[in-house]
Amino acid sequence: MQFDFSEQQQEFRQEARRFLAAECPPERVRKAIEGGGFDRALWQGVAEMGFLGIAIPEEHGGLGLGYLELCAVAEEFGRALAPLPILSSIYLAAEAIKSFGTAEQQVAWLPRLAAGATIGCLAAAEGERLSERHLRTAFANGRLDGTKAPVLDGDIADIAIVLAKEGDALSLVRVDLAADGVTRTPLDTLDPSRGQAEIVFAGAPAERLGERGEGWAMFQTLLDRAAVLTAFEQIGGADRALEMGRDYALERMAFGRQIGSFQAIKHMLADMYVSATLARSNAYYGAWALSTGASELPQAAATARVSATNAFRHCAKNNIQVHGGMGFTWQMDCHFFYRRANQLALALGGPPDWEEKLVSRLSAVNMPIAA
Amino acid sequence: MNFDDTPEEAAFRAEARAWIEANAPSHLLPILSGSGFGTSAEAGEIDMLAEAKAWQKKKCDAGWACLHWPQEYGGRGATPMQRVVWNQEEGVYAQLSFTFIIGQGMCGPTVMAWGSEEDKQRLLPPLAAGEDIWCQMFSEPAAGSDLAGLRTRAVKDGDEWIVNGSKIWTSGAHISQYGILLTRTDPSVAKHKGLTMFWVDMRSPGIEVRPILQAHGQSGFNEVFFTDLRIPDSQRLGEVGNGWNVSLTTLMNERLSIGSGMSTGFEPLLDYAIRAPGPSGGRLVDDPSIRSKLADWATKASGLKYTGMRALTALSKGEQPGPENSIGKLVAGTTMQDIAMFAIDQQGEAGVLTDPQRAAAAARFQQVLMRSPATRIEGGTDEILRNIIAERVLGLPGDVRVDKNVAFDKIPTRA
Repeated sequence: MQFDFSEQQQEFRQEARRFLAAECPPERVRKAIEGGGFDRALWQGVAEMGFLGIAIPEEHGGLGLGYLELCAVAEEFGRALAPLPILSSIYLAAEAIKSFGTAEQQVAWLPRLAAGATIGCLAAAEGERLSERHLRTAFANGRLDGTKAPVLDGDIADIAIVLAKEGDALSLVRVDLAADGVTRTPLDTLDPSRGQAEIVFAGAPAERLGERGEGWAMFQTLLDRAAVLTAFEQIGGADRALEMGRDYALERMAFGRQIGSFQAIKHMLADMYVSATLARSNAYYGAWALSTGASELPQAAATARVSATNAFRHCAKNNIQVHGGMGFTWQMDCHFFYRRANQLALALGGPPDWEEKLVSRLSAVNMPIAA
Repeated sequence: MNFDDTPEEAAFRAEARAWIEANAPSHLLPILSGSGFGTSAEAGEIDMLAEAKAWQKKKCDAGWACLHWPQEYGGRGATPMQRVVWNQEEGVYAQLSFTFIIGQGMCGPTVMAWGSEEDKQRLLPPLAAGEDIWCQMFSEPAAGSDLAGLRTRAVKDGDEWIVNGSKIWTSGAHISQYGILLTRTDPSVAKHKGLTMFWVDMRSPGIEVRPILQAHGQSGFNEVFFTDLRIPDSQRLGEVGNGWNVSLTTLMNERLSIGSGMSTGFEPLLDYAIRAPGPSGGRLVDDPSIRSKLADWATKASGLKYTGMRALTALSKGEQPGPENSIGKLVAGTTMQDIAMFAIDQQGEAGVLTDPQRAAAAARFQQVLMRSPATRIEGGTDEILRNIIAERVLGLPGDVRVDKNVAFDKIPTRA
């Protein structure tokens, strides 16, 4: 049994950590939150390091490595709260084209996505909790009509993969967001370090990805894969929030002692460690399923997702609590983590949807999982 | 990132599996499979004790007992990974060996580390074979989590020590032949410095064992009283005054039992939820109102399972199990209590019934409900485990200890 990243994968992670520590310090996240706009220079730097093309084949301009390397790097993006569209462009759009696109579509888009020259996003939600039956956006005769909101990174993306009705079933289509018939409006959100937009399609030209009527199944596959990768971002964020809380508890004195010597604080931090550790272990299970293409992927992804969402939220909210009043000030970084924890909790569908997936999967197969 | 055995592990697994299939007491399978999760067959049930001894002897004769012990003491000299593979293959039959865990897992290794060669030759092989049961006499009424605050006195008298005092919460003392005993030999120095460890024959005059009736109606724990108990100095484990370090050997060995994995009870809960009716008709598991809880517990169960696998991976690379393993009992203990409470709630008024013939889930959850408070206390309370994580994993300061450098007999005992 080898239930860990290999030395080479860990070295890859270290490289990402060094790069992001130097190039994406908290000030850069702050700039994005305070309205600095998309940081294209940072994005290009990430692309030049090869991080965007990790799981994209070499023939399409990527590094041709596996998902484990991408998981390892995702953790560092989460740790740094990188204000970058990697989830949208790489975990979702590139995966969609890589998995379901024609050879032409792959040749056309994968090299551009790997190089960061094109940014992709996935547009599914229509203003409320997403369900298979209630989508209104429609694709017919090469044209797309409807409104998608919110679309993560939809404000800066160049292309969108859109879940739309085609006749009485759902399909995935690719749309050029610079085309006529596309209007987008940036939206205010909980976490301004990642932009969101409303996108209106009025007869916008679009091309199908994969088979007609297979859209929902493809969408679920994409969500499962992205859920594992996002779980790594979440555990990276959870670990960093825990560290911040720990460091502050060691530094801050009250009643003549470090506050970290009080059991109320120690136990809160211990519980943060517990949830982050369980989430990490579940994420490793997800990484195993993702990298091996195991049939357990839907269950493993939902497990990783639920666990990581809970852990990041738990660590982010208690990091503020450890910091006391300071934790709630704009000048401290605690709220960045709190914002991101909640933003990631809702990206890819909210916690109840993933809890539903997990339990229905467990009760359907009734696989023995328990320790 | 894979779950595959190495070729050596696969060969070992095949050998273990074949032997278990040919030799395990399969007539006990219904009892072992049906017992409450996380609880052992009670040692007081004579038949099960005889069965346990028989299984242990059989394992020992074939070289499957105390796998990590040296062969000369009745073990196999196996690697930690082989031990884990064995545990996985032994499955529910491992419950039969719970009676021996304190002896084989904690007392034996302590004797091995600190005892004389003569003692080791004499004491360890019968322990490995399940002929002897051992207990660990550490806790006292005034010294549980604050273990170094113990008051049982040992006073030197020629070549012997005379012991007076009492211990409590001693698992299995009523069926033990031997025990290890931590005593205070010098009350005039700081509390950690005046302790000395011995091994004792539980049949010695001056030892009285009184079973404690526990909250769940059973008696696995005991009080042990010492009245002028005489222990030969040759039965001392380690130097006089070094008992604290000797006890750390015992406590660290508790941690080596990683991989056996504590149940959170999620698996029985899921099994129950699939079969039981929910509040709006249909199956309980299909009720939307409980899915969030089920999902949370599912991730705790799998999180513990995979945390164990990460620890094993580290172990197989030669790393020592560290304080991070404290999360196992902490998470399992609280989760099993929550799950048990939830599961009895789902049974409505019948949830109070404890007869396995009448309780909806064969009284598994009722049994665990009443046992789980102890799980959260024994072997380190939830609070102690959180302190261990906070101090030894996260590096936070130790608790303020006003008695740290005070002679033991000067420490106030009443406000």
